[in-house]
Amino acid sequence: MSTATDSTATDSSGPVSPLKRYRGLALVALFATAFTWLVMQQDGWDRVLGQLFPTERAATYPTPLATLTAEHLMIVGVSSGLTVLVGIPLGIWVTRVSGRDFRDTVAAGVDFGQTFPPVAVLALMMPILGFGLWPAVVALFLYGLFPVVSNTVAGLEGVSAAVKDSARGMGMSKVRILLQVELPLAARVIMAGVRTSVIVNIGTATVAAAVGAGGLGDPIIGGISVQNLAYVFEGALTAALLAVLADTALAQTEELLTPAGLS
Amino acid sequence: MIRLENVTKRYGDTLAVDSVSFEVPEGEVCVLIGPSGCGKTTTLRMINRLIEPTSGAIEVDGRDVMSVKPEELRRHIGYVIQSIGLFPHLTVADNIATVPRLLGWNDAKIEPRVTELLELFGLAPNEYAGKYPRQLSGGEAQRVGVARALAADPPLLLMDEPFGAVDPLTRDRLQMEFARIQRELRKTVIFVTHDVDEAIRLADRIALLRDGRLQQYDTPEELLDHPANKFVHDFMGADRALKRLGRVRVGEVMRTEIEIARIGDEGAIDRTACVEERFVYLVDGAGVLRGWVDCDDLDEGLPAEDAITEIDWREGSVGPDVSLKEALSVMMGLGFRSVPVTERGRLLGEVTLSGIESTMTQADTHIAHTAAPESEPA
Repeated sequence: MSTATDSTATDSSGPVSPLKRYRGLALVALFATAFTWLVMQQDGWDRVLGQLFPTERAATYPTPLATLTAEHLMIVGVSSGLTVLVGIPLGIWVTRVSGRDFRDTVAAGVDFGQTFPPVAVLALMMPILGFGLWPAVVALFLYGLFPVVSNTVAGLEGVSAAVKDSARGMGMSKVRILLQVELPLAARVIMAGVRTSVIVNIGTATVAAAVGAGGLGDPIIGGISVQNLAYVFEGALTAALLAVLADTALAQTEELLTPAGLS
Repeated sequence: MIRLENVTKRYGDTLAVDSVSFEVPEGEVCVLIGPSGCGKTTTLRMINRLIEPTSGAIEVDGRDVMSVKPEELRRHIGYVIQSIGLFPHLTVADNIATVPRLLGWNDAKIEPRVTELLELFGLAPNEYAGKYPRQLSGGEAQRVGVARALAADPPLLLMDEPFGAVDPLTRDRLQMEFARIQRELRKTVIFVTHDVDEAIRLADRIALLRDGRLQQYDTPEELLDHPANKFVHDFMGADRALKRLGRVRVGEVMRTEIEIARIGDEGAIDRTACVEERFVYLVDGAGVLRGWVDCDDLDEGLPAEDAITEIDWREGSVGPDVSLKEALSVMMGLGFRSVPVTERGRLLGEVTLSGIESTMTQADTHIAHTAAPESEPA
């Protein structure tokens, strides 16, 4: 008997070639280098913005762009780092037997965190945490939690019951099933949540300037108050480029974390 | 060996399994069957403690399963489910290696084992080992699922409708293959299905359940011939004689004394050979079936060269492992009263309608003597 009815496999292509993976990483490295070079060109920005906005007294913000960018990365890095460190375990917990009862409460909580305007959180945090980095970090952390938690939950709940059942039936422990089966299979969805969270954070982090945390919000808010459009443009353009760079980098990470059998 | 004693599972007020007891001797296939919701899957899942029984005792090889850590217990019991549950992010080889890795085997031991299993299931190792589950067809995935369950050579295998999700043709082939492999490996198997034909075909013993209660536990023949009650009788179905054919393999009843001629030599066919036979089979130098000469045509005076029907053995013959039921269906399809039996093309013998008829008659007379009791059990 032939295997005619059996050879109807839908896809016979192999896993993503390593070459393709490295090409993506090389692209990210190139982008990052170009971006770094760009924010270091203080004189260049001065010249170009001076020509675009000839009526402004000064074309670039007094603090060097490289410093502002570094501050911005710091704010985003700390708040997004906390979001991931808290959000993913929280998402895992509410999909376990022990935390299942809290699933809806946590979902509502992170939902509320995102709908609550970050500026209002800043205002509320100031009396407690004062000026500077920390009120900004708290506001951004709460704001960014929603996509990370909800995607972690969605990713883990999306793992087929049959796969989990057979893992259990073969004698894998709960921890092993989580680490070797559920998380790898949910990795892509979880990473998509992290990516959304970080991208939104990069834009939202500009409000941190309102509590003196610095970053690319400084030229934007400063520019608005002294009515210097060149400042606003400088901050906004750099934040936008940073978001694109982060998006590309995280898309590549997503790709790398996605197991070969799924891509 | 597996022994269940008064095993009960209660969910709230409902008894999913109601004091079920049976024993499966080593190396036998026990099929749990019954309408949906009868407790067959629950019973199966209590054996490897995916579900904890409310009361009763389950022993595997003399050991109470409750005395073993669930993970440890499961690593020594093969487990296959209908939706297979292959890990989509792991290759076929890594899927199969799951339990051996859990048991701490080293790669030097795992690799040859994976190769061996792939070969056993007719999957070329160099082609399939590196594939991912999404690149497999339903039948291939199911084979890998069974191979994975057998990887650490467990003495006991639990299978929950393992062939339920594939097309009928593939299911047929998988059943045949499973029967062949089981004849070789002699595992103790608990097999859940709702398909009576599948049960009759594969079971050494059938446990028929209804509403959590065991109705009858016996050989398929006994369930067909001596149903314990009306439910068993009705569940096993009306076409019992035909169903019995599903249990007999062609190889067991085929005739091997057949007339054979070398293709090209058909002119030399002795017409006296046609006195007893309906066909003279034609084979090539390697013994591969190439066609036949119908003796009726010779009798009508046709020269032998013109009486030849050339056939492809893949279409015009059956294997020795298929059931009489299928042989009968092939015969009907071809419109002949017999069909040649071949193994990879090599002619072994033939099955005739009269041969099948006599098997059926035996079954019929048997059943005629045993009118089904109409009363429900007390």
